Amino acid sequence: MLPPKFVPLLKEIRVKYQQSTGELVSPVFRNLRSYLGTLVGLSLLDGFALWFIYNLLADGVWFLGIAVFLVTLGINIIFLRKDLYPLRWISPGLALILLLAFYPILFSVYSAFTNYSDGHLLTKEQSINRITQDYYLPEDTETFSWELYRSENGNFALLLTGENGDRYWAKPDQPLEALPGQESPETYDGFVRVSRAESIKYLTEIESIAFGVGEEGVRVKSLSSAAQLQKRFVYNADIDAIIDQKQEIVYYADGDLGSFLSVTGTELFPGYQVAVGLDNFTRLIKSPALSGPFLQVFLWTIVFAFISVVSTFMLGLFLALVLDSPGIPLPKVIRSLLILPYAVPGVILILIWRGLLNPHLGVVNLTLMQWFGWAPAWFSDPFWTKMGILLVNLYLGYPYMMLICSGALKAIPQDVYEAAEVDGANIFQKFFNITLPYLLISVGPLLVSSFSFNFNNFNVIYLFNEGGPPIPNTPTPAGHSDILISYTYRLAFAGERGADYGYAAAIAFVIFIILSLITLFNFRFTRMWEEVSENV
Amino acid sequence: MFKQNAFSNSPLLKKRLLLWLRFVIILIAVLFALFPVIWIISAAFNASGTLATQKLIPNQISLANFQKMVNDPLHPFIRWTWNSIKVSIITSVLSVAITTFSAYAFSRFRFRLRRSLLMSILLVQVFPPVLAMIAVFLLVQQIGMYLPGFGLNTHGGLILIYLGGQMGINVWLMKGFFDSIPRDIDESAMVDGATYWESFWYLIFPLVRPMLVVVGILVFVGTFGDFVLARVILQDTQKFTLMVGLYMFISDRFSQNWGVFAAGSLLGSLPIVVLYLSLQDQIVSGLTKGAVKG
Repeated sequence: MLPPKFVPLLKEIRVKYQQSTGELVSPVFRNLRSYLGTLVGLSLLDGFALWFIYNLLADGVWFLGIAVFLVTLGINIIFLRKDLYPLRWISPGLALILLLAFYPILFSVYSAFTNYSDGHLLTKEQSINRITQDYYLPEDTETFSWELYRSENGNFALLLTGENGDRYWAKPDQPLEALPGQESPETYDGFVRVSRAESIKYLTEIESIAFGVGEEGVRVKSLSSAAQLQKRFVYNADIDAIIDQKQEIVYYADGDLGSFLSVTGTELFPGYQVAVGLDNFTRLIKSPALSGPFLQVFLWTIVFAFISVVSTFMLGLFLALVLDSPGIPLPKVIRSLLILPYAVPGVILILIWRGLLNPHLGVVNLTLMQWFGWAPAWFSDPFWTKMGILLVNLYLGYPYMMLICSGALKAIPQDVYEAAEVDGANIFQKFFNITLPYLLISVGPLLVSSFSFNFNNFNVIYLFNEGGPPIPNTPTPAGHSDILISYTYRLAFAGERGADYGYAAAIAFVIFIILSLITLFNFRFTRMWEEVSENV
Repeated sequence: MFKQNAFSNSPLLKKRLLLWLRFVIILIAVLFALFPVIWIISAAFNASGTLATQKLIPNQISLANFQKMVNDPLHPFIRWTWNSIKVSIITSVLSVAITTFSAYAFSRFRFRLRRSLLMSILLVQVFPPVLAMIAVFLLVQQIGMYLPGFGLNTHGGLILIYLGGQMGINVWLMKGFFDSIPRDIDESAMVDGATYWESFWYLIFPLVRPMLVVVGILVFVGTFGDFVLARVILQDTQKFTLMVGLYMFISDRFSQNWGVFAAGSLLGSLPIVVLYLSLQDQIVSGLTKGAVKG
């Protein structure tokens, strides 16, 4: 049955609808039009996707190439088959989730089993391309004498004269152009001739420029001569090796290391990624230098997340209880003020707290110094850094807990309290025997997801003290207040000793497992999953 | 009969005392909530802009910090704010558009895989994009090699990642709204010969428009406040969003920059706080459905 309030609306819309479609467009034509539209749209998408996939595969970026291919294939199937009509509505969203949320998860799991790191960022194809881009000047090649030309906007060109008197006009990244005649023109092609004496001034600058394209390129060798470049490194697919033409050394591809290695053990840069199996995980557990900080970071992550949830929940519940009664004036205003920490962007609040807690100049420490003659070193002492982080996180997190608790408090049936009062229960008995159990049933799943959230609460850790103070004597940098996710970030992006994506991904993988377990627990032992299923 | 909870108790005197106790507790809590906010407002209007010279009530009130903020060529606050607004608006509009279509289908059609798709969308959300940040970084880098507009250090790349990360929970939220609209409405239009698209566009869409605005604002607020992904993907001062810019600015020379930082913080928080407080009720009801801020 249609609710009465929708009836006039429906009539109005029906009229609008009839006006808008009218009689002019026949249904057959409408179908044809939408069919053609679909085809045009799909071919545009496919054209783009093919170009993209071709480029990805050519560079050996297999994973992304395959992912894009599968998503495009899926969209084509969905739009070409009539029975999949509902999926057409979902396909844009689904494509985004698959490519930008699901693919990264799969890829970081994969990276955990590779040597992905600085020096091993590229695929083998990309690495070969990069290495073979080097050119060198062989000793025995044809040499030219040169004259320098310069354009008004500072570009250079050369007029080259070969050993047999042939003359060429050479500009960077453009093929050489044969020039007739013997005279050197004062101006040519918008360039003005530079006198020999003045050329010396530009010598260092032009020595780094290759004139001409690729292997044809000519470089200035000295004030009097220039010579043609040659590829220094050549890849030979038959022996899977790169040959150094200049020094005549063979570098064989080493599939375990992900580098091209000579017999003497010298390595060509950059290397490439290879699968290394469980290496990253064995390093994580076995290497004494790494497992120490990892274990410490791991424990603090759990302690931090746990205390954060408990402290914010306790304060939030307490305030919700205090607010949840008659006689409090202006309840809406008070609530608005109390949820202010939730409304202001968290990044800004954390940075403000960092200023207020500044050990020498911050308000908090100045006041404490005045009153007690002592104030904590919030940023250099491991213990007080952790306390500071917990304090800031309590500040940021209690409004959320307060809001969900006051929602849940309203749902507790009143007659239970009345019955308890008849039995003569006091405040604490009522709280521990009625309020808390009722609350935990409805709020419990949210507490667990809050635990997961804090488990990955990068912002508060990183913005407060960048994970510091540093733990001394660790091979990879780690801090006393680092949690797993900020440790991952350090390894991947902030390492002074180079990024180690593979190792960082291995830690991310550990977090994946823990989060999955927490979620599984949340679904199994609470009624969340059933509630969700019912709503479907 | 009035509402009661664990703290209610009968005797009159005790009740009075308890009420006063409540006032005191609430006062302390409000002071705690306002503590950093008051200090930052005072710092923003303080004529001497350093941390050391800060006082709760400034000796001299001036707009010097705001002027400095606007005129600092090395730290373009206005530019950063504009970047944040641009990225957040584009993200929220696209995100709402795409999720609306998905949610409509999940609400109105019955098809194979519907349940499992809905569930998997929820499951992907268990792993926030922050966790896969390395892969996200590399993904954007790889995309950028072929599509420079969506690579590292571009707003296009950042928006793409935001879109992917927020889709799931919003589909669920929106589906709930669609479910609350009676199916009779579109069914009767179908009887009149309307296609799905027409019944969506002329009937359902106008009805859900107010809710779309709410979801759009929520996405806007979330995107505006993001730090990690923007930090990982953007590298160039001119490209920073406000959150990254503020962090870079303040971590340079903390105490000297305090006043200007305070001014920038006010600039960045004010619109968000206004949006938030005006949508309080919707946000609160959304919260109890299980979304955690982040």
